[in-house]
Amino acid sequence: MNVRTLTPMPEEISSVPSTRELAVTIRSFNAFYGDLQALKDINLEVPERQVTAFIGPSGCGKSTLLKWINRMNDMVLNAHANGELILGKQDVLSRQTDVVDLRRRVGMVFQKPNPFPKSIFDNVAFGAKLHFKISKSELDQLVEWALRKAALWDEVKDRLKQSALGLSGGQQQRLCIARAIAVGPEVMLMDEPCSALDPGSTTRIEDLIFELAKQFTIIIVTHNLQQAARCSDRTAFFYEGKIVEAGETNQLFTRPAQKRTEDYVTGKFG
Amino acid sequence: MTKHFNRELEAIQTRLLTLFGVVEQMISDAKRALCDREIDRVARVMDRDKHVNAEEVLIEEECLKILALHQPVASDLRQVTTMFKINGDLERIGDLACNIAERAESLHQYPYFPIPDQLPEMARESTEMVRNALNAFVGLNLELAKQVIQSDPRVDQLNREVIAEMKSVMTSQSELVESALHCFSASRHLERIADHAENIAEDVIYLISGEIIRHKHGDFMTKVK
Repeated sequence: MNVRTLTPMPEEISSVPSTRELAVTIRSFNAFYGDLQALKDINLEVPERQVTAFIGPSGCGKSTLLKWINRMNDMVLNAHANGELILGKQDVLSRQTDVVDLRRRVGMVFQKPNPFPKSIFDNVAFGAKLHFKISKSELDQLVEWALRKAALWDEVKDRLKQSALGLSGGQQQRLCIARAIAVGPEVMLMDEPCSALDPGSTTRIEDLIFELAKQFTIIIVTHNLQQAARCSDRTAFFYEGKIVEAGETNQLFTRPAQKRTEDYVTGKFG
Repeated sequence: MTKHFNRELEAIQTRLLTLFGVVEQMISDAKRALCDREIDRVARVMDRDKHVNAEEVLIEEECLKILALHQPVASDLRQVTTMFKINGDLERIGDLACNIAERAESLHQYPYFPIPDQLPEMARESTEMVRNALNAFVGLNLELAKQVIQSDPRVDQLNREVIAEMKSVMTSQSELVESALHCFSASRHLERIADHAENIAEDVIYLISGEIIRHKHGDFMTKVK
């Protein structure tokens, strides 16, 4: 793992360039759990600083793909994959890939908020201290920046030393987002980030996703089709381990090209 | 959920089809009042308009309810939004039929004023366009919807002819100015009915293809040839 000096906190990009770079490129990608093939010949381009939603019925492979992007599947026995999975210009599947650095570049937020049993401040500072050589004042600055970005600062600024476990579910989820962005990721993976939250907290997370996408690339797995329609720029529909259709969310929810997509988004199956 | 949704969608569609029928009858009555001077039909048109107005509100409420409760997407969304828009067009067609009936009533005061030959033809064309728009909607028939759009220039042309003729009447026979103006308005209303039928056909094309072709008919017609 490389310990690096603190990279400047990224500024928001106010003007959108006419062409976007690709944050993640996936070509002829296959993934397996032992003999079971979970993903078949996946080809997908994820543009930077946009929200891409993965939708599809349970067991279609969307979470599997998400977990390969930051190699979380390394921890699953017998999980293996082939094909190309490129983050920026880095080959994610290569043996030479430093997975700790990869997971700094690709942050993850899970279905259930999972703050560390530490203070609010330490939750956000934890990753930054691990990855960066950083002074106390820089760390304070970084924690405030990340909490502000996660729209949590105003609610917790007077109790940073209190346990994160005392926060509400919605606040805990935003804390997890702050923790992820504090290490300066390029891509944020969100695996059903709102499924355990009430409607109010869901709205706050969705607003946050919209704000964060100005700066980070976000890939979100969701079973809530309305959420995918509301929050994402692009959507990929997975079915039985394959991508049936991927494209602009607007198009996919108003005039999908494939019959199967049409049937899924209109609730005829799944 | 899907069954419930489909049931509600079908109920709205049935109401809309009935409304089509009523509106078509209103155009027919208004035409006969105007061209054949069957003045007793005016009251019928006016009566039917009350029903059309009430139905329009009801259908709109049902569409809004479906949007709020089911949040449809893809073809379901297109179906609901198309019905919502067709509903508005049908109500306007009903109003225009009333306007024509009113003109017919006024023209009745001038029994010797000659009704131009173009007016019955315009009424026939407009009714045909409304009927074909309905059939295109029911049968999801893209070709028929295109045909409705292609019919509109003919009605526009007939309208221009009536206007030219009325101008000439007004210039040469000043005692006929008032009756010519009634006739002029009736022609304009018939032309507007055809425009609404065209709007419905455009909505049907959106329903079928997902493409909004308003203001760019040329591109679409060439593309789907």
